[in-house]
Amino acid sequence: MSTFSIKVNGVEHTVEADDATPILWVLRDHLQLVGTKYGCGIGQCGACTIHIEGSAVRSCSLPISTAAGKSITTIEGLSENGTHPVQKAWVEHDVPQCGYCQSGQIMTAAALLEENSNPSDEEIKAAMHGNICRCGTYNRIRAAVKTAAKNS
Amino acid sequence: MTKQNIDRRSFLKVSGAATGGVLFGFSWLVSCQNEVQAEIIPELEMPEQWFSLNGYIKIGDNGVVTIMAPNPEIGQNVKTSMPMIVAEELDADWDKVVVEQAPLDPEKFPRQVAGGSQSIRQSWEGLRKAGATAKAMLVAAAAEKWGVDAATLKTEKGHIIHANGEKIHYGEVATAASQLEVPEDAPLKDPKDFTIIGQSKKNVDLKDIITGKPLFGLDTKVEGMKYAVVLRPPAFGQKLQSVDDAAAKALTGVENVIQFGDKVAVLANSTWAAMQGKKALTAVWTEDTPLESTTYHDEELAKLFNEKTEAVRHDGNVDGAFAEADEVVERVYESPFLPHNCMEPMNFFAHVTDDKVLLDGPIQTPQWTRQRVADLLEREAEQVEVKMTRMGGGFGRRLYGDFALEAAEVSKLANAPIQLVFSREDDMSAGTYRMAIKYKIKAAIKDKKITAYHLTEAAVNSNMYGLIPNFFPAGAIENYRVDNVKMDSNITTGAWRAPYTNFLAFAEQSFFDELSEKMEVDAVQLRLDLLENAKKNEEDERMQWSPVRMQECIKLVAEKAGWSTPKEGIFQGLSAYYSHNTHVAEIAEVVMKENRPVVTKVYCVVDCGIVVNPEAAKNQIEGGVVDGVGHAMFGDLQFNNGIPSANNFDKFRLIRHQESPEVEVFFIQNNVDPTGLGEPSLPPAGGAIANAIYKATGKRFYKQPFVQEMDVLG
Repeated sequence: MSTFSIKVNGVEHTVEADDATPILWVLRDHLQLVGTKYGCGIGQCGACTIHIEGSAVRSCSLPISTAAGKSITTIEGLSENGTHPVQKAWVEHDVPQCGYCQSGQIMTAAALLEENSNPSDEEIKAAMHGNICRCGTYNRIRAAVKTAAKNS
Repeated sequence: MTKQNIDRRSFLKVSGAATGGVLFGFSWLVSCQNEVQAEIIPELEMPEQWFSLNGYIKIGDNGVVTIMAPNPEIGQNVKTSMPMIVAEELDADWDKVVVEQAPLDPEKFPRQVAGGSQSIRQSWEGLRKAGATAKAMLVAAAAEKWGVDAATLKTEKGHIIHANGEKIHYGEVATAASQLEVPEDAPLKDPKDFTIIGQSKKNVDLKDIITGKPLFGLDTKVEGMKYAVVLRPPAFGQKLQSVDDAAAKALTGVENVIQFGDKVAVLANSTWAAMQGKKALTAVWTEDTPLESTTYHDEELAKLFNEKTEAVRHDGNVDGAFAEADEVVERVYESPFLPHNCMEPMNFFAHVTDDKVLLDGPIQTPQWTRQRVADLLEREAEQVEVKMTRMGGGFGRRLYGDFALEAAEVSKLANAPIQLVFSREDDMSAGTYRMAIKYKIKAAIKDKKITAYHLTEAAVNSNMYGLIPNFFPAGAIENYRVDNVKMDSNITTGAWRAPYTNFLAFAEQSFFDELSEKMEVDAVQLRLDLLENAKKNEEDERMQWSPVRMQECIKLVAEKAGWSTPKEGIFQGLSAYYSHNTHVAEIAEVVMKENRPVVTKVYCVVDCGIVVNPEAAKNQIEGGVVDGVGHAMFGDLQFNNGIPSANNFDKFRLIRHQESPEVEVFFIQNNVDPTGLGEPSLPPAGGAIANAIYKATGKRFYKQPFVQEMDVLG
């Protein structure tokens, strides 16, 4: 067990955890930030996507020791009250079915638009390819990313 | 149509006791307001008091209305669409409606099940009556207040309007209304007067989903709760001989290890610690029943085709027609096992105490599961309280409740509140899989007509049920026969989105495509002709589908896809299928890229009667098509000595963004009572793409997943 100082959504936290504990479980079980989802635990589905220093990463596969001193953003901190252009576009297109994968989809999409403000269809598909939606809302996700690009 | 068995009293009963029924608002309730962007979805001001008019409806003194969502939400959007139906007949202002997920309460709510695409169809009348009855009580209370005849009053958007133009909101008469007699025959609206049904209303949980609020089973956090992860036999057929838990118990965070039956639960103070604890267990397994492999299933199923069986349905004389045929066509279609792979792995919260059992989590069958937990714990069902969270997918897996039973058992043994969590590996390897099935289809052609059709199903564990043998082409071909044969297996199998038809439709619709080619008849025309034949049997009570409605779907999809005017380099395939009371026709488009067929688009026409929530309905259809395409192309699970070939998404291939075709959806417009949409667009998808790929490549697929067959295309 070690003590880690991490900054999540602008707030400093001190957590006691085993060095190997994935950031995902620190967020969910230690900090009760459950918007970041567990899907596969091996970085294959994208449900656990968060931003570290602005880049999209799979929090299930990164031990907490790698996050010490870094700035983490989760779905809860993406915006005040759901007002990020990607979240607004998700509302406009009423994207979710079950909704479980959507925070990971939104975090991946938000990071994509930070890097590429006007992605083509092919670029969106490639960037979102690591996020599985078992309900099959892919086409709405793509439409929403385009809307967000237009509005941001 | 089947008569709806709605017990009116079941939702009216509570209103009798409603006079003192003051309920206080919940801080998390968010308005259903739609037309605005997320930025300004406001939180509604909550009333000081609520007045309950029946099990579905509470009116706040400020005019805000709470509508209960009775059924479990797995992503089929019933948490929005069912309250919309109540709100329609109540004449509520949808922007002032809050929706609350009901707990299991069979006294108030009939059929709290998510399954079979039946929620809307079977609750349609009951939900409307709940709204209409409450509206009549509010109007009666207003009539009394104003001293006028109720018939002179009108309602609109949560208000009652006096003939002189004066207007009061429902909250102003809610207390008086809640003390009135419940009317027996409140009238229902004419569908042409609907103002909420037929308008797109956004998912009531949308804002909570996009901001990451706790909604799902895994998000449950309770003071003192332990996380439990369970070690189960790695192969079907094995049982536990012994377990060494010393290393697990030595791990930080692990608090307890409990053996129950052939399973071992590790309890810890975090999910991660419990998962690590499970990995640290050393178990010895022994063979209880034979360990099965896919090669064994394949051999046994093939042998079953030779067994003499009793037909499930037999019209005319199939053997006679085959004997006289110009040509007999026989094909075998094969499908693998499939896991459900809900994105939220199985989990459940349970707290078992001496006098009470609390269950909370994602479950498609809360009532059945409550009874099974009560039986397991030797309690009365009334002692077991069941709450339902939103579910990260269901697809049939959450019908089975095995995870809730495990949670209850572990909570009892640990004497603690616990959240039982499946890892993804647990979820995929302790499944209730779509069983492997093979279909043999044989048809006779004489004088360019199909004179006989004989379908034999060979399945692992269980065969098609109910009316499926009476679906198309039953009634369309004079000599028609269906046989069912099965083999027993120790691999657990069960319902998987559109059970049986999810694969049967591919087999049948590919087969008809092949027949149309042999007969030199256009694929659309062949189906229209067969449906024309079926019309003479419409009076047959076994035939719940409609040849006319199916013809309309096929004609419209052909028109929308431009079937009669081929496009350069684009290959189209048709498929049409009725399931779960809904008629669907699809045309898939395939193009060749780098010598391989790529599915680019699927046109889909649906007749589900009245479309309650159009945009969300489209979303369901799109998702069903993508799911159908994905599993036909990629879905595969083999067994090797009882162990599944994949236990996570590195080995099990699900469809992803780059493989997802465009889907264009059209609804047939009519005022027929609505049917469900969670399943019916999935079954036709496999046949549509197989038929399109054939046109593109000249290769027929007889086995799923297609991706393995495509390797031979080079």
